[in-house]
Amino acid sequence: MDKKIGVYICKGCGIADAVEIEKLEEVATKEKKIPLCKTHDALCSPEGVDRIKKDISDEGVNSIVVAACSPRAKHKEFAFPGSVVVRTNLREMVAWTQEPKTEDTIALAEDYMRLGISNVQNSFPPEPFLLEEMDKSVLVIGGGITGMTSSLGAADAGYNVILVEKEEELGGWAKKMHKQLPQSYPFESLETPTVSATMDKVNSHDKIKVFTSSTVDKIVGVPGMYDVSIRTNGGSEQIKAGSVVLSAGWRPYDANKLDHLGYGQNPNVITNAQMEEMASSGKITRPSDGKEAKKVAFIQCAGSRDENHLPYCSSYCCLTSLKQAAYVRENNPDALAYIIYKDMRTPGQYELFYKKMQSDPGVMMTKGEIVEVRNSAGDNLEIVLKDTLLGESIVLEADMLVLATGMVPNTRIEPENLAEWKAKFDEELKASGGKPDPNAVLEPHKVPNLLNLDYKQGPELPQLEEAYGFADSNYICFQYETLRTGIFTAGSIRQPMHMLGSVEDAMGASLKAIQCIEATEKGYSIHPRAWDQTYPEVNLTKCTSCKRCTEECPFGAIEEDEKGTPFHKMSRCRRCGTCLGSCPERVINFKDFSINMISSMFKSLDVPEEGLRIIGLVCENDAYPAMDAAALNREKINPAFRFVPVRCLGNLNLAWIADALSRGIDGMVLMGCKFGENYQCHYVRGSELANERLGKLQETLGRLMLEPERVQLMQLSIQDYDKLPQMLNDFAEEIGEMEPNPFKEF
Amino acid sequence: MSELETNVLVVGGGISGLTTACEAAEAGYSATVIEQETFLGGRVTRLSKYFPKLCPPSCGLEINFRRMKFNDRISFYTLSEVENITGSPGNYEVKVTAKPRYINDKCTACGACAEACPVEVPNPFNLGMNNRKAAYIAYAQAYPFQYAIDRAACSGDCGTKCKEACKYDAVDLDMEPRSFTIKAGSIVLATGWKPYDASKLDNLGFGTSKNIISNVQMERISAQNGPTGGKIVRPSDGKEAKRVAFVQCAGSRDENHLAFCSSVCCLASLKQATYVREQYPDSKAYMFYIDIRTPGTSYERFLNTVKADENVSLVKGKVAKVYDDPATGDVIVELEDILAGKKIKVPVDLCVLATGMQPTVSEMKLPSEVKVNENGFVVMDNDQKGIYAVGCAKDPADVAKSVQGATGAALKAIQTVGRNA
Repeated sequence: MDKKIGVYICKGCGIADAVEIEKLEEVATKEKKIPLCKTHDALCSPEGVDRIKKDISDEGVNSIVVAACSPRAKHKEFAFPGSVVVRTNLREMVAWTQEPKTEDTIALAEDYMRLGISNVQNSFPPEPFLLEEMDKSVLVIGGGITGMTSSLGAADAGYNVILVEKEEELGGWAKKMHKQLPQSYPFESLETPTVSATMDKVNSHDKIKVFTSSTVDKIVGVPGMYDVSIRTNGGSEQIKAGSVVLSAGWRPYDANKLDHLGYGQNPNVITNAQMEEMASSGKITRPSDGKEAKKVAFIQCAGSRDENHLPYCSSYCCLTSLKQAAYVRENNPDALAYIIYKDMRTPGQYELFYKKMQSDPGVMMTKGEIVEVRNSAGDNLEIVLKDTLLGESIVLEADMLVLATGMVPNTRIEPENLAEWKAKFDEELKASGGKPDPNAVLEPHKVPNLLNLDYKQGPELPQLEEAYGFADSNYICFQYETLRTGIFTAGSIRQPMHMLGSVEDAMGASLKAIQCIEATEKGYSIHPRAWDQTYPEVNLTKCTSCKRCTEECPFGAIEEDEKGTPFHKMSRCRRCGTCLGSCPERVINFKDFSINMISSMFKSLDVPEEGLRIIGLVCENDAYPAMDAAALNREKINPAFRFVPVRCLGNLNLAWIADALSRGIDGMVLMGCKFGENYQCHYVRGSELANERLGKLQETLGRLMLEPERVQLMQLSIQDYDKLPQMLNDFAEEIGEMEPNPFKEF
Repeated sequence: MSELETNVLVVGGGISGLTTACEAAEAGYSATVIEQETFLGGRVTRLSKYFPKLCPPSCGLEINFRRMKFNDRISFYTLSEVENITGSPGNYEVKVTAKPRYINDKCTACGACAEACPVEVPNPFNLGMNNRKAAYIAYAQAYPFQYAIDRAACSGDCGTKCKEACKYDAVDLDMEPRSFTIKAGSIVLATGWKPYDASKLDNLGFGTSKNIISNVQMERISAQNGPTGGKIVRPSDGKEAKRVAFVQCAGSRDENHLAFCSSVCCLASLKQATYVREQYPDSKAYMFYIDIRTPGTSYERFLNTVKADENVSLVKGKVAKVYDDPATGDVIVELEDILAGKKIKVPVDLCVLATGMQPTVSEMKLPSEVKVNENGFVVMDNDQKGIYAVGCAKDPADVAKSVQGATGAALKAIQTVGRNA
């Protein structure tokens, strides 16, 4: 594309009062030799916008610098489809945060002109990456209530669905239920399970193909085009799919580990899963002698909320025990049920069900800590409690005890399984002449289990460190962000939840699976850059196969061929640009965002012999909006800084630092999200990676005889705008105390 | 498709509504949001932090606003309310009335109008705890990034100072309300909630003392963009609030008030206890509860983290009475400590009532097929088509659950529309 650049400078919102507009025009026309440079009193006004549109149609302008307000403002006014638009921020970064008309302010505004023009000179319209061939089916793994609901959700929206279930029949846990909890208002009465109706719907749906007694053997490919091998009962099938919903459910916590609660010690101690089975069989009787159970105790949090077992709350057990207490009462009106809980957890309108059960005089409930569960005469049980509502310790007699065992997601690999896999890998390594590392730690997602992805980064979804094996999103506001594009999790594999919650969750994951297919078809990224049609383009001739990009890509989007040369699997990519930052050869670039673009921007800055110059590399998601908010509050920002937004601090390429410092820039501050536990980066480790890269830089700086403190990372949140001016001043002061960058003179 | 036709019409621009709109749009359908405030984001904009990550709500909102800015399939109307809904699934007509903003789209958010405005009124964004001008922007990161004029507050005595101050012809004091009709394939009710009126809880002293506040007020007092700049102080005298009590189930789980559990208040109080503890190392927080409800993985971990702080006391007990002690200026919380089996009186600087969530969906005019139960929530039935409730219009929900439900509702909504995108 032949570039025809137009530069438009806005004089409104105090810009003309703060800077010398003629000098800004000179930067464009004289220094940068862009003849087409116009000013306007209010560029965002209909007249101002029309002026730009007229130049697009009459002059053939296709690359536009809008030197006005923040790119976060007036986005509709300054959207010119078909043209490259670069916003350079004279309002928030200059007029609203600087002393008017000082030398510093004028110089700063000139530099923002240079940054904007260099930016547009190196920015090109996207040419979306399109798959040659696509399949728009959704693969759903696990045919319990979640998987079935997900399948129906996608199928009813017009998509073909392949549903793979390992059991002989669909239905999962829901099918094993005697009765289900109330699903709607007034949330008072147990319901006959509706699961068989759902199974019928799924089995008869013309858009859903069901494979029972089947598992997924391998998933090869990318979102939009997965080749899936399914191992069926005695055979195998090959299918294609565009995206995946993983709804492989949960298993009860192993009650054999709960001998302190009497399990395995007394035949009349059973789990809630066994109770469900018993109730379905029609009679609630003691396993020891088959006599009707008349005093049934329920112990809540059996294994849950317990550091020695499951540290978390399994969410469904309180409601399930209330339901099973109702079974006991229905089975025999003279029978009594006792529920011993830590906290009764029936959030939302399920409180109404709790109230209903409380009103039954045959159901007794108390808070209590279990001191001991012991056998008594006739295979009965004595449960010793303290901290009860009666304020004292009590001994409760029961002829049967139900342990409300918790929920373990099927994504969780137990440590003993990991050891098994490690041994197996070591064997393989030895056989091929390698040397196993005894200290190597195998991560759960490196062990084949449910998805069996043919990805270099491992066959399963990476899990959050503190999610206890659940394949959950890290983001409160975005519940379906996994670390593998195109693969979404739903139901109790994502978080512990009851059936009503699972049904809702299933629909959400199904929608995301559909979105991913639609985005991939049109060459868009998925969330959070859902508008982005650019993608990383790699100049492989210069690639040294150092593998940094493969290792650092948070989403498993980069594979390697036999020779170790990396190649992007584009529709797995979320366009964060971590690879761009990682590449020491600088060969990974986007159409509108490249190593060269940022380098040229840095090099375009005017670096006088006197006066501090600092570059701020700013994460556009959090740090940049914080800067804007500081500007709205008219906070004063130190004039030494030139701020350049990036997609994520993971974009930081060390070449940029070298470019900036060798140009005489005195310091650089990298402003990004807080990392570590509770990280907020949507590309997982952006600012953390930038920090690690900085570590590697120290040596280089030393060689240049520059203080390593010249480049620092600043972790901040979007809400830290009140602290920002001081943080920047402190940094500027630290840099100011050093000698000026000696490269200024060159 | 003309502007006034949409696949999915979303009533309410809070976190649930925005999520539904963005999710539907990114699946290829058009979505239109009707919001009654001057800005999008709803109740979460007034929160200082989210539990359990203690991260700022504006972070996720920023991403959602960006999704909206760059997606032509999403439109929204602020200061707007739905008058009525007619029609059937796939083919609804929704009559909307938009109140005048008195500031048009030429507004650059330069702030000259607010600077010129001589009128100050209690600031509803901060629940009246400080003042703002009659020409105002709700908060620094508000979207749309555009001022508004509160004509009810504007006395008109100043002449037209705001209009004169505006260089961009953006102030239009003659703006009229307008009504228009939007054709929609499906409708999502994301009308949200309001805090339960704590003055109905006679024994808890709300309204009798400035130092007995609701959890929503506590959120503003703790927010760095709130009336005190984030300084947690007693409203009566501005003294640092270092002993703070949280009274759980203030209205919730109570048949005389809200029969249901509001499901967010335990976590909200635990979170607010961290605000206090973080700000003052020598502070003490008390939480008086019936049951602590922190279901799941991260919430339980959050409970354990807060519980590990020896200066946070979690006491099981229903509070009998809260009142001012004029002699000391303290607030006294009276309750029975159930596990200890004794009555106690706890003097504090500030008492926060963990008021529950009252759904507001019944405040709008709903078509007859939409049923609202006695608790004020929409009754959802699995086979229902065309109109769906999400977030707190359906059941009490925190942000995570709202987002989850809103994403699923987007799927139901597009199923109704069919593949015509």
